[in-house]
Amino acid sequence: MSNVQIMTGNQAAAIGAKLSSVQVIAAYPITPQSQLAEILSQYIEGGELKAEYVRVEGEHSALTVCISASTVGARVFTATSANGLLYMHEQLHWAAGSRLPIVMCCVNRGVGAPWTIFNDQQDSISQRDTGWIQIYCRNNQEILDTVIQAYRIAEEVYAPVMVCYDGFVLSHTMMPVAIPDPELVKDFLPPYQAHTILSPEDPRTLNAVLFPWRRANSEGVLCDGYMEMRYKLQAALERSPAVIEETSRRFAEVFGRDHGGLSWGYRMEDAELVMTGMGSIASEAMQAADMLRDEGIKAGVVGIRVFRPFPAKTLKEAFRGAKGIVIFEKGISYGYEGALCSDLKAAFYGSENQAPAHNYIAGLGGRDVKARELADAARASWMEMQTGIVEKPTTWLNCYTG
Amino acid sequence: MYEVIWHGRGGQGVVVAAQMLAEAAYLQEFKGVTSAPTFGPERRGAPLTASTRIAQEPIRIFSQIVEADIAVVLDESLFKVVDIFSRLRKNGLLIINTQTPLETWDEQGEYRIAIVNADGIALKHHLSKEGAPVVNTPMLGAFARASGLVSLENIEKALNHKLSKEQGGRNFTAVKAAYEETIVREKKD
Repeated sequence: MSNVQIMTGNQAAAIGAKLSSVQVIAAYPITPQSQLAEILSQYIEGGELKAEYVRVEGEHSALTVCISASTVGARVFTATSANGLLYMHEQLHWAAGSRLPIVMCCVNRGVGAPWTIFNDQQDSISQRDTGWIQIYCRNNQEILDTVIQAYRIAEEVYAPVMVCYDGFVLSHTMMPVAIPDPELVKDFLPPYQAHTILSPEDPRTLNAVLFPWRRANSEGVLCDGYMEMRYKLQAALERSPAVIEETSRRFAEVFGRDHGGLSWGYRMEDAELVMTGMGSIASEAMQAADMLRDEGIKAGVVGIRVFRPFPAKTLKEAFRGAKGIVIFEKGISYGYEGALCSDLKAAFYGSENQAPAHNYIAGLGGRDVKARELADAARASWMEMQTGIVEKPTTWLNCYTG
Repeated sequence: MYEVIWHGRGGQGVVVAAQMLAEAAYLQEFKGVTSAPTFGPERRGAPLTASTRIAQEPIRIFSQIVEADIAVVLDESLFKVVDIFSRLRKNGLLIINTQTPLETWDEQGEYRIAIVNADGIALKHHLSKEGAPVVNTPMLGAFARASGLVSLENIEKALNHKLSKEQGGRNFTAVKAAYEETIVREKKD
């Protein structure tokens, strides 16, 4: 008997954190994340969740509390958006460098200036290189399930995980979500067992200044230098795709829902024109693919769930057979192109797949993106590709650029 | 897929109405339902909308509704400040809380029109908030009658899920009254 409720993305994330039996939460409210922080504090105040909610004066402190609590062995959670995430920037690096399995929700919102409270993904995209695993969700069920999966992934590879979902578009839209059985979640996600716990009984110095070379410690043991420690973070993230896929597979076995480990495909069996993106825009693209199929264009969608580690190997396989690729992104690396576009093209370098790729920047600051508009853009690119236009500058969808 | 836009003013409960409709429709065995507020900040008294999508299959699109199949208007004065017709498809259903007779809407021949005096029903059943009648729940009754998409039984369940037993009961009495008193005019050819 499934327990389905109609809920917002923020509610789904809160339930995911509750079912994961988090022990410490520190978050600072910011639109569109606020509701998530409020619901979690209600759970704790009402005794539904046995955890400590640490109130802080800002996001830098929120993540610092999570880092500290994780260091002493607690399972921790935080959430933020936009400028709040950027205020955490220093500590994002610290959390990853400390190899702490922190899970955070980034409720994606555009970044000021100028101020916007509305959705795009510039916030999390711009934190790509902090060493966090990033997973993008396409509906509220996926948000709830991914928060639970994220702890299993984080605690397996000792790297923090950012669960990203589109602000307002998902955070404030209600839809049916099946709530997993808490007992099954307990089996799927056993209590966190930290490999190192800082405690007064076992005092240690963590993350002291390291010198360029490996050095013996006071007991004569040769220890990693900065570069070895950083290499290990890279190695952990390189290992994580297998863990993410295994977690997704196991989740599907237990709960009967498979959101696709690293990526997912829609009508890809014979697709020639492949649309791709992350989050809700990839979901919207499924409708666009149906429209194009009705016109006789063999269109499909590859939805990219995991942006870091970048699943280059999986995506090379997923895009096999594509004769044209259209990438929709809610963010940009200013002065060049969308970060996903660059990464995807790099993945194909030297491979058989040399399909033309066109990059559309869409939905910045909450500008609405409809399936019809995605279909129109993809069709226009498809026509251009037929006439040999392999490369072109980024196209700003629904934007006055004249 | 049925797309519904709720037009009201901040404080009238359009967001809650859109949510309750989604819930009732899900209970009605529509597998796909979504409800969304107007994204962004809200102000009491300002015109605003909320939306509900209802479909047989799970919904994959989250963009704004362009032209709704059904528009529900909680406050008649909105016709003067909002272009309600620009976001309702031709032949669509327009459900209005009004005390003016059906003939008033003769010019809108290309729409199905449903009218109900939700203000009067709310006040009769002592549903008021800060002196203003609570019309969002009665309009669910009008919606059920005019659209035929959801049953009163499922609206009652959705109400009871959100409200206390006493409140749920009182609101449902108003929902039933609105259902009975709603008058529907088919579109004119």
